[in-house]
Amino acid sequence: MPKDRKIEELKRIDNPEDLEALREKLRRERDQDQVRIRICMTGCRAHGAEEILKAFQEEVAKRKLDTRIVSTGCHGFCAQAPVLVVDPYGIFYGGVSPEDVPEIISQTVEKGQPVERLLYTDPSSGKPIVQAGEVPFYKNQQKVVLRNCGQIDPTDMLQYIERDGYAALAKALTRMDGQSVIEEVIGSGLRGRGGAGFPTGRKWSFTRAASGEPKYMICNADEGDPGAFMDRAVLEGDPHTAIEGMIIAAYAIGASEGYVYVRAEYPIAVEHLKKAIADAEAAGLLGENILGSGFSFRVTIKKGSGAFVCGEETALIASIEGKRGMPRPRPPFPAQSGVWGKPTSINNVETLANVPPIILNGGKWYSGIGTEKSKGTKVFALAGKVNNTGLVEVPMGITLKEVVFAVGGGIPDGRSFKAVQTGGPSGGCIPDSMLDLPVDYESLAKVGAIMGSGGMIVADDRTCMVDIARFFMDFIQDESCGKCVPCRIGTKRMLEILVDICEGRGTVEDLQTLEDLAYSIKDTALCGLGQTAPNPVLTTLKYFKDEYLAHIEEGTCPAKVCKALIQYRIIPEACTGCGACLKVCPTQAITGEKKEVHFIHQEKCIKCGMCYSTCRFEAIEVN
Amino acid sequence: MSTQTGIADVTHLLEQYAPEEGQGALMGLLQDIQEELGYLPVEALEAVGKHLKIPLSHIYGVISFYAQFSLTPRGKNVIKMCMGTACHIRGGRMVLDEIRSYLDLNGRDTTEDKLFSLEVVRCLGTCFLAPVMMIGNKYYGKMTTAKVRKILKSYQS
Repeated sequence: MPKDRKIEELKRIDNPEDLEALREKLRRERDQDQVRIRICMTGCRAHGAEEILKAFQEEVAKRKLDTRIVSTGCHGFCAQAPVLVVDPYGIFYGGVSPEDVPEIISQTVEKGQPVERLLYTDPSSGKPIVQAGEVPFYKNQQKVVLRNCGQIDPTDMLQYIERDGYAALAKALTRMDGQSVIEEVIGSGLRGRGGAGFPTGRKWSFTRAASGEPKYMICNADEGDPGAFMDRAVLEGDPHTAIEGMIIAAYAIGASEGYVYVRAEYPIAVEHLKKAIADAEAAGLLGENILGSGFSFRVTIKKGSGAFVCGEETALIASIEGKRGMPRPRPPFPAQSGVWGKPTSINNVETLANVPPIILNGGKWYSGIGTEKSKGTKVFALAGKVNNTGLVEVPMGITLKEVVFAVGGGIPDGRSFKAVQTGGPSGGCIPDSMLDLPVDYESLAKVGAIMGSGGMIVADDRTCMVDIARFFMDFIQDESCGKCVPCRIGTKRMLEILVDICEGRGTVEDLQTLEDLAYSIKDTALCGLGQTAPNPVLTTLKYFKDEYLAHIEEGTCPAKVCKALIQYRIIPEACTGCGACLKVCPTQAITGEKKEVHFIHQEKCIKCGMCYSTCRFEAIEVN
Repeated sequence: MSTQTGIADVTHLLEQYAPEEGQGALMGLLQDIQEELGYLPVEALEAVGKHLKIPLSHIYGVISFYAQFSLTPRGKNVIKMCMGTACHIRGGRMVLDEIRSYLDLNGRDTTEDKLFSLEVVRCLGTCFLAPVMMIGNKYYGKMTTAKVRKILKSYQS
């Protein structure tokens, strides 16, 4: 198999039979015994993956090995970054450095043996695990959306084709009409993965039925939820999946034009998308007369410019039209009057990534996964105070406990679990008493949270829930477009109250005012951003009222987070007088002779926490 | 970074967008200009207005709406400090305060010597690195207040 394929080598594929023949050829030519090193070259770049790739390339060239190095997208286990897998052995290595490369080559590539010290150690048994599939983090997952992420080089379309790529598109174009595609998707039970969970097939049927030409198909890749990064992973690691899903959707609704609206903060995603679109066009899988079917669909990339509200569909449309990204009341819904006033369907990246497997395997297969009302799998971005931060894909209906503990590996530093926040600024905080809650649209909504786009932030006992509520309200204040009064002014008032409570000026009456404001905003705000903005406050008030009361009545922050309510102090018995804290203190608030107990002068202390994070003897306490 | 001579250069960017595209081309064009010049000088915006036949007031409305557009020149090194949820609960606020205090920003976002600009961003989507900041295209993960000085100093020499 050639090591590098360039776009010029991609010939136009004129019909589905030629696509199948190409796929067969790729599979035949694949050398099953060839050693392949799959290295994450997206998220792991931040952890020096590029240097490791270079070290492998040099070492493989030096030893003249027939080893293929594949730069892949995200493997999901970001906590172990940089990660790689050596096939055909399936050996998983995390936390690799360039110095480890020669040993991996000698042991694993040349002999098929694992390098023990680089293997993942199972925290529960203390034993090393060789195979990627045996690592608990991966074992409990089921991959549909992320099926190719970490497996293929996202810039090589042929690798996508080899793994059933564009087979669903060929099937839809030759054996189904638009209506039957929609019926298949309705039958699958697929619901929007961007937040609201509206049935995807029904959205399409409205757009299909609407009058007006041309129709537009938009892929919403404006992943603005803080703490969610699954769409980024799909676009970076398997961009063709989203594009194939988009083309199928366009065929179903009868759209000839499309946009991908993507965050500008995701440069690798934009780069891979551009390449994927160019390659698909060159191969006749996108553009004019796709696969000789007579169906044509053109896609343009539009980059966002840093406005959270643009994830809301009417705001996104305004942004594509080059206006301020402000939402407008619905109806009319985009299905009737969307971009440029034409019928438009807007679907999120993860939703679209589900479409090719649904068309290929049938809606019935998909609806066999998940719960009665929430079908399929869901990708979650696990982050915060959890051991296995990363991307996980699990069947709907799995419990929160399984996600946080079985997949997520529990809480680090021996701390205890306090809450999990789902759905970002529109979601809520779920306490430990509800850890057995199944993760699906209905169950999450019932407790006041939402599925949202799938951000899951874990909080431990050192996370202040009032501070979290304040954080989200601050976020909303920043991102509110200012069009409607409840969101522009109401959230401002809520934020002021929360700041007062965090700084020790709150009163018990404030809690009632917060609640009243919250419900008024929920009822009267114009768009989803405002209507859901009070959720973090309402859920923390409901499940963590004691923390609010501690701030108000006792003037203390139980989690020791709120600066105005804490003091740093040196424990004389533990202080060795090393002077490390004294050196880092930016305000010279610490004094003390070498090898003698040091002292923090409270009047000078700005509570920056530098001493606390510097001290190696746990001699600084927070009160 | 931009200078007066750089401003004259936007003609080649304008040419990539047909005047008929009108407002639909505005965001892309503004993004291209900012990418090339580092900010959006008013002379360039006047040229954009003429080319796409959009009043300058409308263009200003769009620029002021989106966080990524800047009307003033930025520092040589742009620091993006993430203030997403994961970064927040892992102590990002303290890191941000330390950057501001070390660079002596006093409410501004660019240092007087124009060496640094600070941008607070809402989630870089790299929550496993929390708290995280970027300088240019380089990520600095698992930040602590103690690391701030060391890293910023390396850009000052």
